[in-house]
Amino acid sequence: MAELNTGGGGGDGKKVRSKKSNPGVDLTAMVDLAFLLITFFMLTTTLSKPQSMPLAMPDKTEDVSDPSDMKIPEDRMMTILIGKDNKLIWYMGQFATPRMAPTEAAYGKDGIRKIILQNTKYAKQHADKPDEGLIVNIKASDKSTYKNLIDILDEMAINKVQLYAIGDITTFEIDLLKEKGLY
Amino acid sequence: MAKHKISRKSTRIDMTAMCDVAFLLLSFFVMTATAKQPEPKPVDTPASTVIDKLPEDGVAVITVGDSAVFFTIPRNIRRGTLERVADLKGVGFTEEDYKKFDGLEGFGVPLSKLKSLLTLKGEARNAPGIQQGIPYDSVNDQLGMWVEQAREANKQFLNDKIASGDTKVKFKDLDIAIKGDAKESYPTIKRVIDILQKQHKNRFFLVTGLRNEDF
Repeated sequence: MAELNTGGGGGDGKKVRSKKSNPGVDLTAMVDLAFLLITFFMLTTTLSKPQSMPLAMPDKTEDVSDPSDMKIPEDRMMTILIGKDNKLIWYMGQFATPRMAPTEAAYGKDGIRKIILQNTKYAKQHADKPDEGLIVNIKASDKSTYKNLIDILDEMAINKVQLYAIGDITTFEIDLLKEKGLY
Repeated sequence: MAKHKISRKSTRIDMTAMCDVAFLLLSFFVMTATAKQPEPKPVDTPASTVIDKLPEDGVAVITVGDSAVFFTIPRNIRRGTLERVADLKGVGFTEEDYKKFDGLEGFGVPLSKLKSLLTLKGEARNAPGIQQGIPYDSVNDQLGMWVEQAREANKQFLNDKIASGDTKVKFKDLDIAIKGDAKESYPTIKRVIDILQKQHKNRFFLVTGLRNEDF
């Protein structure tokens, strides 16, 4: 099929014999090129699909019912305060009476991940029901970046934290960050 | 005589079939590939280990970078959204404007400058300095308006389809994704989230990149 027909019509017997070795078009380079392009298109089409992280925020209704009748399980409640320069502070329980005092930590597997795992164990010990786990409240300060928030949300996904939410930071917590030089 | 003929047989492989297959596959990939649309604001998304893919279509994307906000409306409701916005704000758009808006991937201009953006050629629209972002402050919350109208347009689009007897279509609220730059400050993102929450849009996607394994 790809052989080029060079038997150019008429001519005497000798000429036809000299062209008997049929010169085929070399398709190697063409196939090489075609496969190169295939590889390129295959890779670009699948890799260009962006990844996404689903996020559900608590509904913000204007008339919030009295927060005092909401029981907060202090032993399972962890708060992460995100400060500037990729640093954060965490504590367990309520701000005024923390179960574990505010501590500074770093991002990554040797920093906050270890702490979350420890706190998950702690929360499991204090849980009333076996399916209850750690509750994390993420509070990002105005000095933090979007990357910090994604990093913490990512930790939530890695550690399979049962419940987490993004909350608004209070002025006391900002003061705490200022005190530690993270605001 | 016969022996000689056998020894002269060429060692070449006929690549015709291989070439055919290669080009068939090539044309398939070229045709299925969606060309990457030039974005008015290329952002560097933060990495995460979550490997869920963003739904392919029907997602409105809010791009946030350098405190500027850009909005990308899915193609099927683009026209409907602009019609609603035009009605709401009393801005007149010509048929040509609608056609151009249909081809406009993402945009980041105040409504008053949208008309002049549409008159520009495709390449010139994405030149730096042309698109400064959609206003999203509390006084002039145009981003909220666009999102709201896009959701309304999506609702109408799906309702029309269901009404026309298409049983495959299920009603679903417009998905919204936030594509933020990694270095973007948190208050800007928070403001965008607040705008969505004000409309009771509490579920959305955050677009991220791939993180390497040893994180």
